[in-house]
Amino acid sequence: MTILTFSIILLLGSYLAGLLGSLTGLGGGVVVIPLLTLVFGVDIRYAIGAALLASIATSSGSASAYVKEGITNIRLGMFLEIATTIGAVIGALIAVYTPTNTIAILFGAVLIFSAAMTLRKKNQEALTEGSKLSYLLKLNSSYPTKDGEVAYKLKNVGAGFSMMTVAGIISGLLGIGSGALKVLAMDTAMRIPFKVSTTTSNFMIGVTAAASAVVYLQRGYMDPGLAFPVILGVLGGAFTGSKLLTRMNPQVLRYIFCAAITFVALQMIYNGVQHKF
Amino acid sequence: MKKTISGIFNDKDVEQLVGQMLRYGVITASIVAFVGGVIYLLHFGQAPIPNYHDFKGEGAGYTTFSGIFKGALAFNATEVIQLGVLVLIATPILRIAMSLVAFAVEKDKLYVFITLIVLCVIMTSIFGGLKV
Repeated sequence: MTILTFSIILLLGSYLAGLLGSLTGLGGGVVVIPLLTLVFGVDIRYAIGAALLASIATSSGSASAYVKEGITNIRLGMFLEIATTIGAVIGALIAVYTPTNTIAILFGAVLIFSAAMTLRKKNQEALTEGSKLSYLLKLNSSYPTKDGEVAYKLKNVGAGFSMMTVAGIISGLLGIGSGALKVLAMDTAMRIPFKVSTTTSNFMIGVTAAASAVVYLQRGYMDPGLAFPVILGVLGGAFTGSKLLTRMNPQVLRYIFCAAITFVALQMIYNGVQHKF
Repeated sequence: MKKTISGIFNDKDVEQLVGQMLRYGVITASIVAFVGGVIYLLHFGQAPIPNYHDFKGEGAGYTTFSGIFKGALAFNATEVIQLGVLVLIATPILRIAMSLVAFAVEKDKLYVFITLIVLCVIMTSIFGGLKV
């Protein structure tokens, strides 16, 4: 195969990965890693480098729209980014000492967890009473809905912060946005309405990924020949996905895709156990 | 939490600014990566695929600021792509820097401090010799 055919196939594959990531809400990066490793036989370290770029691109691209609508809680995002960036740098450092097969197995496990998380029922209610820390840190806010502005408050700030550190470590270690873990922290611990937690999580993914991306770039994980088809393909796919989402209810698609992703995750775990990475 | 009218306006301004910054960053990065990609395919399109199966790691030309800029100025395809990669990684980091200015304008000392911590973490990971 020549570089030209490889790049075109990779571009199309990344487009599908971006589309899938956007429709399931898992993010573009997560699908890029199995695509590169299982389909193209690329070393998982190059795949992680490319996936981080995909995460930054899709997060920043879609965040700009949500921020404009005023749904994203920027203060909350900034505060929790302390946890996710510290975690991401730690994760990227641990990654050097972690065997690639272990990373693949971990990746598979996180992927299955993330897929299950997207099917979970989300917190819709807005709390009217927040914890002391939420006032102190000015984290309570409001967001626009069909029926006007809805105010919400949050609690368990400390627990949410600790869970975000774990999300950051996993993000740095595996090169993914770990949006599912971020939403889990904001949803179950801090009781933030689902629309705010998903958009704020998405907003944070770019910064979290950038914190570990600089480490990976300097370590030589980012290959230009992989980077350009992946960035352009995933961005295009995510863009199509966001257009499709406004026109249809993806619930049924979500089940199908999550089943497919679980299958891919099991394949990653199997290959990891068989020491194929 | 009570919000004054001016407080709401300030918040909205920050949000608009941050949103635009993110969009332009991603668009710039994609254009640069696309241009680099086209040159790359024109030059090496017919060559066989490099060996991605074995991890060697990239050389200094692709991993350092000076290496990437030097190559990109010479219009080397791969370094132009890496320049796009740099712009992409810089986008969320610039977004934080911008929030820092915005919080300072709002005189929100607490969030100036919080934003500084996040910036410090990222700067440490860029310059802190985390290269292994």
